[in-house]
Amino acid sequence: MLQIIDRRNDSKNKSAVNRNRFIRRFKGQIRKAVQDAIVRRKIADIDNGERVGIPSKDISEPQFHHGRGGRWSVVQPGNDRYLTGDEIERPEEGAGGRGSGASLDGEGLDDFVFTLSREEFLDIFFDDLALPHLIKTQLARITEYKRVRAGYTSTGVPANINVVRSLRGATGRRLAAGGPYRKTLRALHAELAELEACGSGDGERAAEIRTEIARLLRRIETLPFIDTFDLRYNSRIRVPAPSTQAVMFCVMDVSGSMDEQKKRIAKRFFMLLYLFLTRTYEHIEIVFIRHHTLALEVDEDDFFRSRETGGTVVSSALELMLRIVRQRYASNVWNIYCAQASDGDNWEADSPKCRELLESSLVPLIQYYAYIEISEGEPQNLWREYARVMASHPQRFAMQQIGGPEDIYPVFRELFRKSLA
Amino acid sequence: MSEMPQPLPTGSEWSFESIELYDREIGRVAREYGLDVYRHQLEVITAEQMMDAYASIGMPVYYHHWSFGKHFLSTEKGYKRGQMGLAYEIVINSDPCIVYLMEENTMPMQALVIAHAAYGHNSFFKGNYLFRTWTSAEAIVDYLVFARNVIAECEERYGEEEVEQLLDACHALMSVGVDRYKRPPKLSLNKEKERRTERESYLQSQVNDLWRTLPQGQERETAQSERRFPAEPEENLLYFIEKNAPLLEPWQREIVRIVRKIGQYFYPQRQTQLMNEGWACFWHYTMLYHLYDQRQLADGFMLEFLQHHTNVVFQPPFNSRRFGGINPYALGFAMWRDIQRICQEPTAEDREWFPDLAGSDWRESMDFAMRNFKDESFVAQYLSPRLMREFRLFNILDDPREPTLRVRAIHDEQGYRTLRQCLAEQYNLGSREPDIQVWNVDLRGERSLTLRHFKYQGRDLSESRDAVLKHVAALWGFPVRLEEQDEDGEVRHLTEVRIDRRKENQRP
Repeated sequence: MLQIIDRRNDSKNKSAVNRNRFIRRFKGQIRKAVQDAIVRRKIADIDNGERVGIPSKDISEPQFHHGRGGRWSVVQPGNDRYLTGDEIERPEEGAGGRGSGASLDGEGLDDFVFTLSREEFLDIFFDDLALPHLIKTQLARITEYKRVRAGYTSTGVPANINVVRSLRGATGRRLAAGGPYRKTLRALHAELAELEACGSGDGERAAEIRTEIARLLRRIETLPFIDTFDLRYNSRIRVPAPSTQAVMFCVMDVSGSMDEQKKRIAKRFFMLLYLFLTRTYEHIEIVFIRHHTLALEVDEDDFFRSRETGGTVVSSALELMLRIVRQRYASNVWNIYCAQASDGDNWEADSPKCRELLESSLVPLIQYYAYIEISEGEPQNLWREYARVMASHPQRFAMQQIGGPEDIYPVFRELFRKSLA
Repeated sequence: MSEMPQPLPTGSEWSFESIELYDREIGRVAREYGLDVYRHQLEVITAEQMMDAYASIGMPVYYHHWSFGKHFLSTEKGYKRGQMGLAYEIVINSDPCIVYLMEENTMPMQALVIAHAAYGHNSFFKGNYLFRTWTSAEAIVDYLVFARNVIAECEERYGEEEVEQLLDACHALMSVGVDRYKRPPKLSLNKEKERRTERESYLQSQVNDLWRTLPQGQERETAQSERRFPAEPEENLLYFIEKNAPLLEPWQREIVRIVRKIGQYFYPQRQTQLMNEGWACFWHYTMLYHLYDQRQLADGFMLEFLQHHTNVVFQPPFNSRRFGGINPYALGFAMWRDIQRICQEPTAEDREWFPDLAGSDWRESMDFAMRNFKDESFVAQYLSPRLMREFRLFNILDDPREPTLRVRAIHDEQGYRTLRQCLAEQYNLGSREPDIQVWNVDLRGERSLTLRHFKYQGRDLSESRDAVLKHVAALWGFPVRLEEQDEDGEVRHLTEVRIDRRKENQRP
């Protein structure tokens, strides 16, 4: 008897276990490939899956094989030129070695290329990183509450009285409380009608009944139309609403001393921060502020492209940022992050002003402020002032020096390392 | 025959009813031709499930390992980018024989697969002597379930990483973990289960005995010093390790055994690929033509079928960009067709080369060939001069002592025998794969294990040997040496791997 079994709906993703094991096993290599991939990406399209390649030799499954060398004899089809005894020049790679060379699919034999899903990509990228005090801001110290309806209660303020509910309760109460009287009333009415029918409507008993009926009607009327007992209030409770939006300020020095190379480094740093925030928040806005002696809010293109010359006044950018925060990003609704990149070359007199601004106004408003100084050698004056800020706000302020592109990733990790560690 | 067979449904969409109708008719034809098959079971699966089956060598259940994930990823990549189609079918040598049909396939494709796998491969599995002696179709699925459970249990108990390392090492030795000549006992699940516990304790005691360090009296001492171990070289490395590795825990021995058993199960497939694929192609071709001749199949069906068929049995010449070695489907199909031709319409040449075959009953002769040969002997026995001409075969000898490559034989009168012999040799797994044996164990000293590579035709081992040796050392737990013996009997020490402790992380 033939059996046909439809397996199409069974165990989707049967391979997921093996796939995960593969990724876990080669996390080191994959992580490196992901890092390389990030260089090629723009902030906007960073949030997709990624094709990554890792060295095939790392993931090979070794077996005993013959190597080159030794005598080989190969039978091949399609002879269109040779006669017995012909001699053929030895090709570069040996003659018979073409067995399974085609299996690795055009990518070159060196890399095993595959596609990571978006989730896998980002997970690897952010593996064991966490924004500082994420737990604190996300869970413990929730500053925003939403009031939501939660049925009705019997206590509350008059403004919340629910009229329909209250009256419905009152009607019910009146019906219930008047019930016994009405029952007696109906009986009395019936008796009276009977008496009247048999002509004794003026008798003593009839008068008695009439008095009783009047009394009962009065009793029913005296039932209160509405009682405090009937009142129902709309109930609202406060539900903590985790804030799901963040704004990220990218502040960059575009004065003459910041060359293309340094800007590119800064860009990657901002990119990383952006990516990280997308993992944590549903909605993220980015504000780009570039400055030399004057600060300007610009769009992403301008931010990275345009070059201006001039001196550097960092405080101008901080002031602009403070203004923007006050106007548009109330800090109880927005999680504010700031990443600043500079070569650290600031006007001598301006640096203390920056520290002042940060300590008194900005740092209390924001979740995290990360400063990177892209320079080699001795830190400049801004660094020294910022170091004092960091000393007084170690939880929210971090700074690092970056020499070249290869430092970005370690620095990023350093800045956003899990605070538990 | 009293009633004319009904035409089969046309159109490219398949349905469960039409698959059943086709299967019934193909089955009827198969019986007319006298194919002896296991019962079969058709399973409709998605492309993703097909890729998954690929990754686990077609097995319906398998244990988990990262390498299967790797194969899945690479198949998926190729498939998604349209670089490769998936195989049309996967069939499992089990009873009932499981045949996968992919849902994307059209009805003609499904019919092709049913004829090819459910009757072609199936009858080969049931008839060929290698499969009959080395595998037991009725037990394999149960055994795989057993294997998966054992391994999952070990993972839970000893940690996934520990098990993974062990499996890595076993996989590295899978190809040298088969008995090539000795006939293994049949696989039986119940016995396996029953004996598992028993075996664990027994094996451990055996190993302990071998490694007993307490002195056992003077006379024994002297006797032992002359004792060689193993007494005879052992070709099955995994078997040797399972039985003798001093430091393995019982559960580790069990896993080594599982990998070895599964490797052994696949060994006949590797020895008969040419025959098996050729046989299946021959039968799908013959049976579908038979149905067509009975006017049960439409012309459109045949066109589609022939297109797939010709793609499958296409052999690009050696200088084509598409060339990737001899296509076993092409040569296998051609050889079976050729045998049929020699039986039915022999030429004078055939009568000279195949006096017994020429003019005999083709069904009987083919059945005999299917049952009693493997690729190597099949080519040596049945490759005809006519086919060599058709394929325009030629043989090149690459001898490093010569400055150039030499064409040793082509498809002419002087070359036929050499060609046939060389091609047969090409299918000999014994010479295609390096011959490595357990040579000696230093019982009295540092407990090192010596493997010996018997060189053949001056061929060296590839670089991967060092990585494999590390795995051997991880299993053995003590130093492992590799030496080679060339054809003149001269022995050379190649390399040695020491590990500080077995538990140490061997990963890159």
